[in-house]
Amino acid sequence: MSGLGIWNYVIFIFLMMAGLYMVISSTNLVKKIIGLNVFQTSVFFMYISFGYIDGGAGPVLAEGVTLYSNPLPHVLILTAIVVGVATTAVGLALTIRIKESFGSIEEDDLHKMDPSI
Amino acid sequence: MLTHLPVLVVLAPLLAAPVAALMRGAFAPWVVATLVSWFSFVCSLLLLAQVSDQGVIVYSMGGWEAPWGIEYRIDFANALLLVLITGLASIVMPYARLSVRHEIGDERSPMFYAAMLLLVLGLCGMTATGDAFNIFVFLEISSLATYTLLAMGKDRRALTSSFSYLVMGTIGGTFYLIGVGFLYVMTGTLNIADLAERLPALSDSATVRTGFAFIVTGICLKLALFPLHLWLPNAYTFAPSAVTALLGATATKVAVYILVRMVFTVFGVEFSFVTIPLSDVLVPLAIVGLLSASSVSIMQPNVKRMLAYSSVAQISYIILGIGMGTAMGLTAALLHVFNHGVMKAALFMALGAVSYRMGGTDLKHMNGLARTMPLTFWAFVIGGLSLIGVPLTVGFVSKWHLILAAMELGWWPVVVVILVGSILAVIYIGRVVEAGFFKEPEDSTRREAPAGLLIPLWILVIANIWLGIDTRLTVDIAEAAAAQLMAGGVVR
Repeated sequence: MSGLGIWNYVIFIFLMMAGLYMVISSTNLVKKIIGLNVFQTSVFFMYISFGYIDGGAGPVLAEGVTLYSNPLPHVLILTAIVVGVATTAVGLALTIRIKESFGSIEEDDLHKMDPSI
Repeated sequence: MLTHLPVLVVLAPLLAAPVAALMRGAFAPWVVATLVSWFSFVCSLLLLAQVSDQGVIVYSMGGWEAPWGIEYRIDFANALLLVLITGLASIVMPYARLSVRHEIGDERSPMFYAAMLLLVLGLCGMTATGDAFNIFVFLEISSLATYTLLAMGKDRRALTSSFSYLVMGTIGGTFYLIGVGFLYVMTGTLNIADLAERLPALSDSATVRTGFAFIVTGICLKLALFPLHLWLPNAYTFAPSAVTALLGATATKVAVYILVRMVFTVFGVEFSFVTIPLSDVLVPLAIVGLLSASSVSIMQPNVKRMLAYSSVAQISYIILGIGMGTAMGLTAALLHVFNHGVMKAALFMALGAVSYRMGGTDLKHMNGLARTMPLTFWAFVIGGLSLIGVPLTVGFVSKWHLILAAMELGWWPVVVVILVGSILAVIYIGRVVEAGFFKEPEDSTRREAPAGLLIPLWILVIANIWLGIDTRLTVDIAEAAAAQLMAGGVVR
């Protein structure tokens, strides 16, 4: 871990908190999705940092290399990225439909139109 | 073929979903969805029979042994859940034909059935798999299908309810992912059986404890434990009837199963209830959730919304059972997972039939229902009695076991809370029954729901009574499942 230090994890925690804060505090639905994206990306960052081994080479068999980084977290995150993209797509599609039927994507306006939202 | 059953349950809806999406019209995709659900149901029943004959079934995906490959591991707990999910899907799919034509229209039907199949696939996958990361992938598949299905509701508020569930659900799913990441760093494995073996030695590690906190919080968001339930009432109220019936009966239940699997198998009873005081968190939240959600549902003008709040209350009963941390509590929780699924699906399907004829599910639409739609109304009454926990219905069986479990621990105040919850249920179900019997309908001509809705509904209602009288099947399996889970670790 000393190669990267704990710097990676500081960034992970900062991004995670920033993303969560955006989701909670913004009233604009698109900004909420952006926040959600930042939050998810921070987790990708965490996993990728897990896989790094000091002085480890890329996980491709080569002569004279004995220390490899762990490729499994990277593979997992590839899947998680796909999930994240799909969630964003569905979220944005919903936002468009909300704009079409309510005429606004501001939570305050939506709440004024119908208090149960 | 019998050796491939664990994967067939999941694979059949996965293959059928794109097929249904590519079809035209409403009829063909409906046939595909219904037949595939029935096929999965038969597979689940055979699996349950296999588990009771041979014990735990381990299936290595693609012939790759764990820990290199992903393994599916079926014991009593997830065999029971698979039967619940696919069984309810097999009843809701036939019901969906008329309901969907009425509420969604033929044009969007292929996509609707594709999303339903993806939902069933995601739920079955989460249940069957023995790999912690695989659970996340299936969780997201089922969630994405759910967001789409919720947004298909007629009311425009369906869109906003789906959006808020998307935000909450994604946060829950990502919390789970973070927790699994922490466990992976400490143990170097994602296989549930290996995790269960390696974690006890690491119970002092702060990373493992943080991982536990992330996983439990993330899943509790998904299963709508009070106070993380805020997405649920709107989502259930505005979704199409068939979707509410399937979701309300299965989606939160699978999240409960994941919680049970994590708390009892992966972390073990010792860690969850002794090292970390999980009872002190879950039991108070369950009690507050039970009382507050039941009270709120009394005041709802819309019956569908009332039942949604009642779902939050019923989830609290289940969490109460899990929070006890005893074999009896766990048995009661698993029983209620199954029984609540059966009764809630019946109630939501009855409401779907009312909405089909009366055009809405407000309390005023229930006026005089005993005369205008007697069969639907009686189905609702029996479902309601089951929800209250009247003897000879499934609701009684699970509440009885929950009370026994609380008495075993000497938690008398909790017994009182469970009984008060039942009284509150009498009040909110009573309002609907009163409107149906004694209020004058606007138009008192008899217009019963069509047979396409009534037959699936009554099959479920009969199941409610049958499983309430003949309790051998469910109680024995729940007890066996609880014994396996309490034994800790993984039965090899």
